[in-house]
Parts: sequence; structure tokens; C-alpha cells
Amino acid sequence: MPDTPTVVATPAAGTTAPDREFTVEQRSQFQLIRRRFLQHRLAMVSLVVLVVVVLLAYVAGGLWKYAPGQLTRDNSAAPTLDHPFGTDAVGKDQFAQVMRGTRISLQISVAVALLSAIVGTLWGAVAGYFGGLLDNLMMRIADLILTLPLLAVAAVLAHFFGGTWYLVAFVIAGLSWAYVSRVARSVVLSLREKEFIEAARALGASDARIILRHLIPNSLGSIIVNTTLLVATAILTETALSYLGFGVTAPDTSLGLLISEAQTALTTRPWLFYFPGLFIILIALTINFIGDGLRDALDPQQRKVRQ
Amino acid sequence: MLAFALRRIAVSVPILIVAAFITFALGAAAADPLAPLLAKNPPAPPNVIAAETARLHLDEPLIPRFFSWLGGLLQGDFGPSTTSTLNIGSELGLRFMVTLRLIALAMLVAVVLAIVVGVVTAVKQYSITDYTATFVGFLFIAMPSFWFAILLKQGGIEFNLAVGKQVLYTIGAASVPPPSGAGAVVADTLGHMILPTISLALISYASWSRFQRASMLEVLNSDYIRLARSKGLPRNTVMVRHALRTALIPLTTVTALDVAAIIGGAVVTERVFQWKGMGDFLLTAIVASDTYALAGWLLVSAVVVILFNLLADLLYAVLDPRIRYA
Repeated sequence: MPDTPTVVATPAAGTTAPDREFTVEQRSQFQLIRRRFLQHRLAMVSLVVLVVVVLLAYVAGGLWKYAPGQLTRDNSAAPTLDHPFGTDAVGKDQFAQVMRGTRISLQISVAVALLSAIVGTLWGAVAGYFGGLLDNLMMRIADLILTLPLLAVAAVLAHFFGGTWYLVAFVIAGLSWAYVSRVARSVVLSLREKEFIEAARALGASDARIILRHLIPNSLGSIIVNTTLLVATAILTETALSYLGFGVTAPDTSLGLLISEAQTALTTRPWLFYFPGLFIILIALTINFIGDGLRDALDPQQRKVRQ
Repeated sequence: MLAFALRRIAVSVPILIVAAFITFALGAAAADPLAPLLAKNPPAPPNVIAAETARLHLDEPLIPRFFSWLGGLLQGDFGPSTTSTLNIGSELGLRFMVTLRLIALAMLVAVVLAIVVGVVTAVKQYSITDYTATFVGFLFIAMPSFWFAILLKQGGIEFNLAVGKQVLYTIGAASVPPPSGAGAVVADTLGHMILPTISLALISYASWSRFQRASMLEVLNSDYIRLARSKGLPRNTVMVRHALRTALIPLTTVTALDVAAIIGGAVVTERVFQWKGMGDFLLTAIVASDTYALAGWLLVSAVVVILFNLLADLLYAVLDPRIRYA
């Protein structure tokens, strides 16, 4: 994928002034990718569902008549129009709670994905570009992080440093970037030998410029796909961490914490248990499908293999 | 093959030592073992705190502490716990056996299921079977493991109520007190394992079956399979001897890479089913700020992951002769 912005800036020729007999509509790389993604039905449906979930969490949750944590007169009410997700034992409206949990869980997982993408891409690109001893050293560090059970180490770190949502995000990101770095390195390794890198070097570009302006933009396809999928993994990690009691802690809430509070009430107030779980599944499932669609759109060659 | 194995084992030793240092530093940096003591009301007398500091080697710098810990490990001593009566090494050993049972069986179930489903969906691509399995796979990939485990647990309770006797156990790793007779003990242990194994296995199975399907499809579309078929070899021979053997290689890597995630998943599963295994040990150690217990736990899990990676590499060499001579 060459420099996308410059390609997009040139208007699609042929559509405005057909002065030749046969005009072929030129499509930029970006247009091609967008077209392929729009034609991916499952990914488009997933995108719509995800947007609905996000709007529910941020808009509907914010405008909802009950504030999260607000005590109402109805205790342990089953889902009704007044309380679409029911209420818990002390009368907190569960819709407001689940929406707040969704916001926090989404915030954490998106932050994890972005942080890991930035650190992992730079780490992997530097390791892959310079190669040799530095590459060996950097990738062994990444390997070591991958051998530690993420959830367990995150629980250790989050218990002593965590509690608020951004610290939880930092902890999870600190353990997930190694995965992105492996992806980035493998792409950079193959790009490094290409002619355009040689040309850039012949023109006198510095190492930093080659990495930042040539290697990373050209490996963005795989990185975007993996970052997207990382959001799904991160939300599962965060909710598991909060379920164990080491992630987001009260009075703040997350979807995992809501499930942990509801697990004893599964027979008496099942709605407390099902709705937060449903939202985790919805988010993780749609993000996985979107990631799949992006992979097909950004990297159609790989599709032949994966099918 | 032997030379390859020895070379590969030699590489794991330095990794193990560095992993030991990281786990120790992590345990030491993350927790303040004196915090529970200092928070006591009325405050603990200074001489008690001083004695505890000396007993836990908190007055020594990190590096010497690490080496004396490492030296102790070689003699089977995992260091002092904040709970002075707890022997970390023997407790961890007991807990490890409990968890290993769960992890090993769950991985076995997951791998077998993943291979079967992966191969069937690849061979019958775009059939109803394929679509159903794909949907179920994606669903399990997106499902939080603890949520599924809680549901299973509830399902087990309702199943027991429906049949009118305890068939599926939902709490603990074994009955207390254990039943008499070796046969009864085995049956009891297995009965306790059913639900946790299912919940742990299905979560890993989902992504593995996707991998197996993709690699099987790739192999089935390759020229040498077409050649094997066209020279008249029976379909089943081609599938098993030619296609499956090659298609197993990516799964070997993925399985080994996922061991760390499965150990994490086991922590959650044990929590739901209230097992006294490694997971419970870890969570207790975190809450008690027990640095040596944390370091010991992390080291054991790192050793397991490194061993599994070693095993995967050896298996890799068995499956793919090219790797042996690389």
C-alpha cells in the first residue's frame, strides 16, 4: 500500500471529463479497499451492530432516565419497559449499569489496542529493520513477555498498580504489545529488501525516515487488522480481570465486574447475569468479523489462502 | 533428531534463567509483603516488623536476593512466605498436580476436537456443517470464559436436580472426605473434572479449529495433493498421510503459543468451580502480597510454557523433516 493520502488526493480521473473514447474509471488503493470492505456482508452487518452498541453505550446510556448507580424504588425487578434490563437487589437500574460497564470496557480495550499497536509497531519495525544482534535482543524480550500468562501477570500488576480504567489499560497493553511487534517485524522483514527502500536509502533518507515514512505506512494493513482483533482480545482480558477482582473496582464498573456481582444470583435474577455477558459477546464477535473483513479488504492475497 | 533436540534444549536454559529473574523481579516489585503487617491496628511493634523484614530478606538488595533465591530453588526451597507456616514449594507442588490434570485433559480434548472439526469443515467447505461449525467457533472465540463456565456450572446443577442425584460436581477438585476405594476415587476425580474441562477446552478449541481449517484448506489446494490423488491413491490415504500431517504443523505452533493463555484461563475456571489449584494459590498470594509465592507461581508457569514450546519444536521436527536439518 503506497502512501495512501497522496493517492486519495488525486481525483478519480475519467468520471468528470470523459474526453477519450474508452474511459476506465481509475480507482485509488483506498477506494479499492473501501469497496472490498463494503462488499464484505458479514463485516458490514457487524460494523452496523457495533455502531449501535457504541451509540447505546454513549448516547442512550448518557440520556437514560436513571443514572448508573442510582437507587430506584424497584428491587430485583425483572426486565420491563421501565427497566429494560431489570434491576438488581438494591434497585439499581441494570440498563444504566450495563451501559456504563460497556463504556468502561470499550475504553479500556480500545486504549489497549492503540497503545499496543504504537509500541508494538515501533518495536517490531526497529527490530526488523536493523536486524542482527539488536533484532535478536528485542525479539527475545518480546518472546519472554509472550511466555508469561497474560491474565496472571496482569492480575499481579493490576492489583498493586491498578484500579482505575486507564491503569488497567496500561497493564494489559504492557503485556500485549509483544504480539503486535511480531506481526510488524515479519512484515518489515519482507519489505526491507524491496527496491523502494533501496531507492529511499540511495536518496539519502535516514534510518528513522525509512522506518517512519516507508516501512510503517506500508505495513499498516496487517497492523490495522491485528489491532482490530486485539480490541476483541483486550475486552475478554479486561472482563476476566475484573471478574477476578483485579481489574476495574467499585464504585467504577465494567462488564466483568457486573457479571462477577451477578453470578450468585443466576437463578433468582438471571437478567443481571445475561445482559453484561451478551454485550461482551456482541462486542467481541462483531470486532472479530470486522477484523476479518478488514483482512480481506486490505490483504486480498491472504484471502486465497484463508478462504 | 537427537542433535536437534539437544540443541533446542540448550537454547531453553538461558531463556529459563532470564524468565526466572523477570518473575522474581515482578514478584518483588509488585507486592509489599509488609503492607498487611503495617496496616494492622493497633500497629505491630517495630521489633516484629524488623524480624519480618529479615525473615523475608527485604533488607537485601534485589540482585543478591535473586541469586540466593535461585540457589534455594536448586535445593527445592522456594523462599519464605508471608504466612510463616506455609511451605511454598510443597504447596505449589500439590496445587500444580491439581491444575496440570485440568490443563492436560482440556488441551487434549481441545486439540482432538479442533483437528476433527478443522479437517471436516475444510473437506466440506461451504457446506451446512462448515457454516454451523464456523458460527459456533466464532461464538466461542467471542465468549468470556468465566461467563461460559458459570453457565455450565448452573447447567450442571440443574442436570443434577433433573436426574435426582449428584452426577456432575460443580464445586472443588475432589470430594471431601475422599470416597473409599481406588476406583471410587478415580470416578470421583473424573466427575469433578467434567465441567471445568469442557469450559476450558471449548474456549481454546474455537480458535484452534479455525487454524486447522485454514491450514488444511491450504494444503488441500496444493499441487502435491492433486498429484497424490491423480496417481490413484485412495482418498483416505491422501487425507491422513499426505494432507493432515502437513496441516498439523501450524496447529502445533499455535497450541504451544496458547499454553500461557490456557494457564490464565485455568485461573478463571478454577475460580468459578472453586478448585484449590494453582489459580487459587495465585489469587491468595496476590491478596496477601506474598512475593516469594508470586515469584514461585510465575516461575512454575513459565517453566510449563517453555517446556510446551520445547515439546512443540520437537514435534515440529517429527512432522517436518526439513526443520531437523535447518
